[in-house]
Amino acid sequence: MTAPQALTIADPRAAFLRGVRHGLPFFLVIMPFGMLFGVLGTEAGLNTSEVVAFSLTVFAGAAQFAALQMMQTQAPIWAILATAMVVNLRLLMYSVALTPHLGRAPLGIRAIIAYFLVDQSFALASAEYARRPEMTVPEKTAYFFGVVLPVTAMWLAANIAGSQMGQAIPPEYALDFALPITFLALVSPMLRSLADLAAALVSAGGTLALIWLPYGTGLLVAAGLAMAAAVLVENLTPAKSAS
Amino acid sequence: MSIDKSVLWTVMPLMAVGTYLIRFSFLGFLGATPLPGWLRRALRYTAVAVLPGLVAPAVLWPAATGGDPDPARLIAALATVIAGVATRSMLAGIGAGGLTLFATLALLG
Repeated sequence: MTAPQALTIADPRAAFLRGVRHGLPFFLVIMPFGMLFGVLGTEAGLNTSEVVAFSLTVFAGAAQFAALQMMQTQAPIWAILATAMVVNLRLLMYSVALTPHLGRAPLGIRAIIAYFLVDQSFALASAEYARRPEMTVPEKTAYFFGVVLPVTAMWLAANIAGSQMGQAIPPEYALDFALPITFLALVSPMLRSLADLAAALVSAGGTLALIWLPYGTGLLVAAGLAMAAAVLVENLTPAKSAS
Repeated sequence: MSIDKSVLWTVMPLMAVGTYLIRFSFLGFLGATPLPGWLRRALRYTAVAVLPGLVAPAVLWPAATGGDPDPARLIAALATVIAGVATRSMLAGIGAGGLTLFATLALLG
């Protein structure tokens, strides 16, 4: 044992437990969101095991909701997949952003990390790595898996609970509108700058204006225009310390 | 409105593979490949550029009313956005939207 003694001894176990602690409060968001997927999935004719299979294989809430909705409108498969991938594009950004931190973990570990890369694990991990730059790669990995454990367990449990409740909810509860409300509530807190606002307006306005395009492809065009509009507005507004 | 099982079992695996590849891309094999600056900046806006468009038609032309604009749903959507922007909390948005929807549905019938 001639390795030089580090100032702080690497402690992946403590990092893992910290991750679990930080992941638990997502309960408040994941439970309603996960149950809604179970409920809407059941109303769309999926049984509990199909709801769970969907979550386990895809593991991306927003895209699952979008696909669920489109599958009910008999949209062609390529259009459903294209929409789901556009909804998932933000995961590409997460993959880019975590690579400097986790890129040196073994390939097998990175393959598992990739599967669990979701909004919650990305948000907590990137904040933690910025706060504690002294963390080693095993600690960073352990923290990530710590966050993922409660998040995944709660998501699946909520799916099952929602799916069991599914058909018991009467139509007066206007459940059709639970998804729009959830998505609007998800996106509103993200509207922090003029560029964000521009993207949101172009996205909504563009999709409505292009509603005549077949199979919901108007959304894909509008999303592209919205991203372009955001970058354009960002260029025009005084920079706040661009990264 | 029930989903065709053959559609489900085609979409699900393809979506799983596609989603996984997006996540694995840089972590797995692209590693240090630099992303062009404009693309990096555009990708930061994916969520705000996609989600509003995804829900806009359902807000304006809800299927539950046969596609006619519905005051209760419009007001509820507005309340959700206002609460979400003001409090920066997703839960507050859901709460405000849900309560407003039930209240306006009860009042307006």
